[in-house]
Amino acid sequence: METRLRILLLTLACTLVGGCASVRWPWRGDAPVQAPEVRAEEAEADAPPVVIEPQVERRRVTVPKIDTENFGVGFYFGEISIEDFTAVPLIGLRADYHITEDFFFEAAYGKAEAGKTSFETLGGNVQLLTDDERQFTYYNLSLGYNLLPGEVFAGRSRTMTSALYLLGGVGSVKFAGEQNFTVSFGAGFRVLPTDWLAIHIEAQDLVFKSDLLGVDRLKNNLQAHLGVTFFF
Amino acid sequence: MTRRSTDRAALRRFGLLLLVALGAPGASAAEYLQLFVTEPYLELHTGPGRGYPVAQVVERGAAVDVLKRRTEWFRVRTERGVEGWASERDLLRATLADGTPFTLNRGDRAGYQTHRWESGVSLGDYAGATLISGFTALSLTDSLKIELSAGQFLGDLSNGYLLDLGLNQVILPHWRFSPFLMLGTGWERTEPKATLAVPQDQDSQTAYAGLGTRYYLGRRFFLRGEYRHHTVFTSRDSNEVKEEWKLGFAFFY
Repeated sequence: METRLRILLLTLACTLVGGCASVRWPWRGDAPVQAPEVRAEEAEADAPPVVIEPQVERRRVTVPKIDTENFGVGFYFGEISIEDFTAVPLIGLRADYHITEDFFFEAAYGKAEAGKTSFETLGGNVQLLTDDERQFTYYNLSLGYNLLPGEVFAGRSRTMTSALYLLGGVGSVKFAGEQNFTVSFGAGFRVLPTDWLAIHIEAQDLVFKSDLLGVDRLKNNLQAHLGVTFFF
Repeated sequence: MTRRSTDRAALRRFGLLLLVALGAPGASAAEYLQLFVTEPYLELHTGPGRGYPVAQVVERGAAVDVLKRRTEWFRVRTERGVEGWASERDLLRATLADGTPFTLNRGDRAGYQTHRWESGVSLGDYAGATLISGFTALSLTDSLKIELSAGQFLGDLSNGYLLDLGLNQVILPHWRFSPFLMLGTGWERTEPKATLAVPQDQDSQTAYAGLGTRYYLGRRFFLRGEYRHHTVFTSRDSNEVKEEWKLGFAFFY
């Protein structure tokens, strides 16, 4: 009798404990998750033993960026012959953008200080322009065309790419107290000792209309310079 | 003899160490894009241009490292260390390491319609003076843009500067030939030429309305022609009206 009672009580206790476990208490949010875990373990036990675990991770291909070298900046030194004034040294800055293998844009800013006219030199104390007015500055935006691309050879083992190019552009010249719209055209020769460096020899004519000496006249200002450009 | 050879070996080791110390960081720092040739062969030219002779070929299946790009040409290095220039057209037929084709964002019609920024330069006429100007626009939608333009005008009577800020509404952005309308405000500085009686610089506020058209050229480039009608608010009794015409070259990015 005692044994029966004990079995009954034990059965009741088991049912209660089991029942409590199956009740979803609000403070035990993780309770239902346990069930699938048990199922997964069972499934694993039933499955045939795995010889090789197929854990091949797919290699992630990161595509490195290609270094594009279409932009170049540089500087130049040369000589400019300012019409009616003497030929004087010139310095300037330039920037290039290569659009295609044939065409490029070029922006340039140059500076020179005009000398004396023959009249001033011969006339003694005569001064036509003040020191400020003698500053000759210009900028221009040009379109360039690589007319004759090629290669040059330095010695037996060194080859450098090169190009003879044409330039045409617009800009302005500030000189003698006035600023005028300027049309520029010219040609240049470029040699690249390395991929990131170019050496240029360039000749350009800056043409503008001026009435400085009383009548409207076209002024031609020829310049030639040697420069370097760094591509990046 | 043995002594000399150990010396030589030590020197070689020292040289190797020096190489590792100097060369290795540089070599490991640069990581290049690797492409695989899928055509029968890839031609390598001696320079970045169609006229440069083909000095090497890379066979199908071989890999090349892409070192740099200049316009439509790519400097590549083969597995054997040979360098040369491959054309964009040829490289676009190569594949990446995972077998997917190599693609390049060169700009297309879809980009012409939908892009974030555009910039350009133009040449024109502003009330009889020659105008050199540049602009940058930020797209709010495919058709509505905020536009900033700046220019210098050079004339017989006066020179000066312009700065305009306004809205630009492209009417048919999906067309190759797409017209647009503009409305905005700006600032104008006029510097009369010294030969005039009373030279005096003048700063004025302006307002403008205008229309124009764009024409897609290819890749990232398009032409742009426009007309702007400026009203210059002067300190005198009446306002001045100035007309601006210009044609330019622009690109989007």
